[in-house]
Amino acid sequence: MQTPGPFEYERATSVDGAIASLKRLGPEARIIAGGHSLLPMMKLRLANPEHLIDINDLAELSYICEEEGELRIGALTRHAELLDSELLARHFPLFRDAEYVIADPVVRNRGTIGGSLCQADAAEDLSSVCSAVKASAVIRGSDGERIVAMADFHIGPFMTAVGDGEMLTEVRIPLRPGGGSAHEKVERRAGDWAIAAASAAVWIDGGTIVDAGIALSAVGPTTVHVTRGEELVRGSSPSEELFEQAGEIAAADCSPVPDGRGPVDYKRHLAGVLTKRALRQATARALKQET
Amino acid sequence: MAVTEENLPSPTTERPIGFGRLKRKEDARFIRGKGTYLDDIRLPGMVHGALLRSPFAHARIVSIDTSRALAHPNVAAVVTAKDLETLGLAWMPTISYDTQAVLAGDKVRFQGQEVAFVIATDEYSARDALQLIDVEYEPLPAIVNARKALDPDAPLIRDDKDGQTDNLASPLWEAGDEEATDRVFAEADTIVTRDIIYPRCHPAPLETCGMIADFNPNTGQLDIYNGNQAPNAHRTVYAHVAGLAEHMIRIRCNDIGGGFGNKVPVYPGYVCAIAGSIVAGVPVKWIEDRSENLMSTGFARDYIMHAEICAKDGKITGLRVDVIADHGAFDSTAQPTKFPAGFFHICCGSYDLEASHVKVKAVYTNKAPGGVAYRCSFRITEAVYLVERMVGALALEMGVDPIELRMKSFIQPEQFPYETTTGWTYDSGDYGKTMKVAMEIAGYDELRREQAEKRERGALMGIGISFFTEGVGAGPRKHMDILGLAMNDGADLRVHPSGKAVVSISAQTQGQGHETTFAQIVAEELGIPPEDVQVRHGDTDRTPYGLGTYGSRSTPVSGGAVAVVSRKVRDKARQIAATILETRAEDLAWEKGRWYVKGDPEKGALIEDIAAYAYSGDPMPEGMEGGLDAQVIYDPPNLTYPYGAYIAVVDIDPETAAVTVRRFIAVDDCGVRINPMIVDGQIHGGLAEGIGIALMEVITFDEEGNCLNSSFMDYLIPTALECPDFELGETVTPCPHHPLGAKGVGESPNVGSPPAIVDAVIDALHQTHGVDHIDMPCTPARVWAAMQGRPEPPQ
Amino acid sequence: MQLKITINGEQVSRDVEPRQLLVHYIRDTPGLTGTHWGCDTSNCGACVVLMDGKPVKSCTILAVMCEGHEISTVESLEKNGELDPIQMGFHERHALHCGFCTPGMLMTTRALLNENPDPSEAEIRMAISGAICRCTGYKNIVSAVRWAAEHEAANKQEVH
Repeated sequence: MQTPGPFEYERATSVDGAIASLKRLGPEARIIAGGHSLLPMMKLRLANPEHLIDINDLAELSYICEEEGELRIGALTRHAELLDSELLARHFPLFRDAEYVIADPVVRNRGTIGGSLCQADAAEDLSSVCSAVKASAVIRGSDGERIVAMADFHIGPFMTAVGDGEMLTEVRIPLRPGGGSAHEKVERRAGDWAIAAASAAVWIDGGTIVDAGIALSAVGPTTVHVTRGEELVRGSSPSEELFEQAGEIAAADCSPVPDGRGPVDYKRHLAGVLTKRALRQATARALKQET
Repeated sequence: MAVTEENLPSPTTERPIGFGRLKRKEDARFIRGKGTYLDDIRLPGMVHGALLRSPFAHARIVSIDTSRALAHPNVAAVVTAKDLETLGLAWMPTISYDTQAVLAGDKVRFQGQEVAFVIATDEYSARDALQLIDVEYEPLPAIVNARKALDPDAPLIRDDKDGQTDNLASPLWEAGDEEATDRVFAEADTIVTRDIIYPRCHPAPLETCGMIADFNPNTGQLDIYNGNQAPNAHRTVYAHVAGLAEHMIRIRCNDIGGGFGNKVPVYPGYVCAIAGSIVAGVPVKWIEDRSENLMSTGFARDYIMHAEICAKDGKITGLRVDVIADHGAFDSTAQPTKFPAGFFHICCGSYDLEASHVKVKAVYTNKAPGGVAYRCSFRITEAVYLVERMVGALALEMGVDPIELRMKSFIQPEQFPYETTTGWTYDSGDYGKTMKVAMEIAGYDELRREQAEKRERGALMGIGISFFTEGVGAGPRKHMDILGLAMNDGADLRVHPSGKAVVSISAQTQGQGHETTFAQIVAEELGIPPEDVQVRHGDTDRTPYGLGTYGSRSTPVSGGAVAVVSRKVRDKARQIAATILETRAEDLAWEKGRWYVKGDPEKGALIEDIAAYAYSGDPMPEGMEGGLDAQVIYDPPNLTYPYGAYIAVVDIDPETAAVTVRRFIAVDDCGVRINPMIVDGQIHGGLAEGIGIALMEVITFDEEGNCLNSSFMDYLIPTALECPDFELGETVTPCPHHPLGAKGVGESPNVGSPPAIVDAVIDALHQTHGVDHIDMPCTPARVWAAMQGRPEPPQ
Repeated sequence: MQLKITINGEQVSRDVEPRQLLVHYIRDTPGLTGTHWGCDTSNCGACVVLMDGKPVKSCTILAVMCEGHEISTVESLEKNGELDPIQMGFHERHALHCGFCTPGMLMTTRALLNENPDPSEAEIRMAISGAICRCTGYKNIVSAVRWAAEHEAANKQEVH
């Protein structure tokens, strides 16, 4: 088996301690949580950090709770916990949709939401999920906390708004009435990265979609926010035609690259189909909620 | 009361003595995690090797600087081609009479080719040291497309070979009758032409390849631990290649984590480990990682086939096939010497053709060497894929039901033994019967009704058919040898004074259950319970000479050997029993475990009593030696010809084009079944591989020869979620020439399933989207392209 | 660095580099070569062990991360000479050929039954979807887990 290069290791005992270490050790230090993005890269010698700061003992970062009108998820919450959470499934069923098809059940016991979002792979399902539900990221540094909207969190391939000496600690999702959400993905085989994936959330009041979030994974350099699609849908009554049109916009507005998973035209097509399906399902869930 | 081994609901009274469903003896260690695979072996003083591999598909090596690696405190040595040259080991012969570089000297010829070998105190240091070797390359244009390999301006890959002026790997190989085929096509009323590709894929057993070589300079003994499917043949090769004394080489295979043909070739890593141990005088362990396995070890298939099939009056009459075979940078395909294209010419299939003609041309490309692997039965996977896809295409063209076309065209039972238009003599078969069993299990008519109804609603469902005949159990010594070694296998059987037995065989299990099935053969022939028969294998010092396990040859050849040797022992036992019972041998009759006097059945001698007698001082029959044992080298008179009828049911999402295999029905006829549980298990496993090949497994390259599928992230193997609950059936048509009436079966499911699945995909899309061809793998993207009318061959 | 990791209830101490992977730490322990490895990218599941009762891929965990946690390997299934029902199920239903994926499959399915004593076929297939078997085609593995589930249920009934 391939093996990582040498590095120094320390275990963080507090969030502030981890941040202090990050600051002290500089850019050659990386945080390790689940490790299922970082360690494979280190084994392939694609990543060679000199220091690893293990944050797995920071139980205070592992939670899913409702607070001040938001659902708050600690960065260290594991994929398996996100899948199992009834609270999360009740408010944002797209998380469960996505978690069923993220990696495999064994990897899900270790991988975390913080790790996935910070890895910032354009094909990461949770990135589009969090974007669609208008989540925000809580980033802590030695100077305190700041909050970054998901729309501004992923800035490029494998690049996030988390700066040197900073750490993602929490994801917050505003709770609003009349919401429904869904995530649709097509992959070559169970556990594979998406060829394309679409996350959709709608909020419906009196038969009209008052707000929507549509985001795509794997069809751009980073998460694709289908803002034109959201605009189309906002203020309209849901219909099959509407979903179809939103899908067309999604297909047009994404920028997939050809690779082993598929060529550009198929990925665009898929983005459109999955956007339509996700909107359809999100709406159905929102309406069930109303009745 | 706790559930213990004793009161499990399959009591010992149900344990067959002989053939039948017997739970496996070898399970005991595996379920406890106590198998001994290569990486489990630790020897005192052992050091670790790692291979530096080329990042380029085609490049001159300008210089290799090993000084930084040598300076690493844990590195003992760094070996390059120059060092091996002094030992005469820089190049080695391949199974197909070509040569392959052990370590690249002048050039690298495929991405992943071996360039240097590091020996260090531990595995982590060995890999660290790889980063410290500096190689300067001068990249050259690479040939990745086999169709372009013979273009006049194609770069010459094998400039190391005297007289090689192009990228032809072996001369044109032909079978059948060109003129007769032309006549048949001229008279046909329907002709269909297709370009069909069987893409490159990989056996990828879960355990990668590796070796521990342990040379003792004081005794001259070379001990090798190595998972390989043909240990005796390897030993002979090492003796020649390394100039070692063959009788001083011992190869032990212990437990092997899957082979599937991947563990047949001799790999450069093996030679490096042996050379390292000879020079250093300590054991050297080398185990490849998964990327190395996928990028450099024996791949499978990569056949580009142009074919025409014809019919007259509703019956298939002729077949013409022209193949370009991509062998990679060195020709190391494994097949019998006289068959450089393996058994591909069995593509005449299960049909009573009037004529056929086959041409195969092999080319070099800048890719890993190999081609014959992954349960291919020596290219029969390619052959059956070709003919079954052509028959499917013909049925579409003729507008007839694909099963009906086959039934009309099958070789009929009374025609066996049947000589095909390409020179095979099929032993036995009742194809129609097997096809009907498959139809019944599938509920074929009901499936067609469901399909029609779904089509009305825009749902895409496909039913695919495949019927195969293959030839396994190579083979008769006058026709079949590998590197000049006849493809025979041996068996030694000794019954001890207590009546317990040891049978030593030259077959080499990699999961096939030999410790159980071969004990069952002895049990069937001699009546000694299988738990009292120890099967010895995997050690060249303690087993007879033979050519090993691949090509589904264990039951046909080694199984034949064990049956014959058991009968020899039984015959000797008869003579001894006659002496014990004071009668003549011809007055005795046999029931399992006992010779008794015809006409006085109470008077008999049990096999264990005969054994005890044979070792005692009591008088033996005139002229007979003591003891109760025998030895055999079995020369099979022919291959055996298992066959099967497979039906695949797929659903295709009309928008995303994702394919789901909903059902898979497999009815196999492999003659007499020694252990039906193990036969079924072999079929399940091969069907899963077929799903992989049909839907997701492929090794592709970009224009520069970079391998794009060199990890399990991109070489996708089916999980439990992609495999349906397989539905199996059986018919039993014994092999007339095999001592047990058995045929081989291990490869059949991989042979028969890919064409059934692809046929199902086409069947789902033909009426609605006009699809009449698609190449594997049928990934969502590729299926969607076909639905748009743009099916593309794989890269 | 000096590590102390609890494996199968016993403290295993060794001086290793931080980069040593858990799978190697386990396999370097005498008698514990039952945990295997088969890939470089955390896909194949041959290395699955239980960490605090949950299946994890030991090739993607550093040994040093396991201090303070309980690791269970395939060698812990048999207790006082009695096989675990999941082991018996695999044997009964011919759920292994070469045996290389078997320890990972056993640990994955043991953990499944601990959480879900009566899993459906679909749930079993989902649970083992992170482990690859090249030999069996999975059908008999599913059958083996059902056998173990039924026998554990029968046992429990008898006790009461």
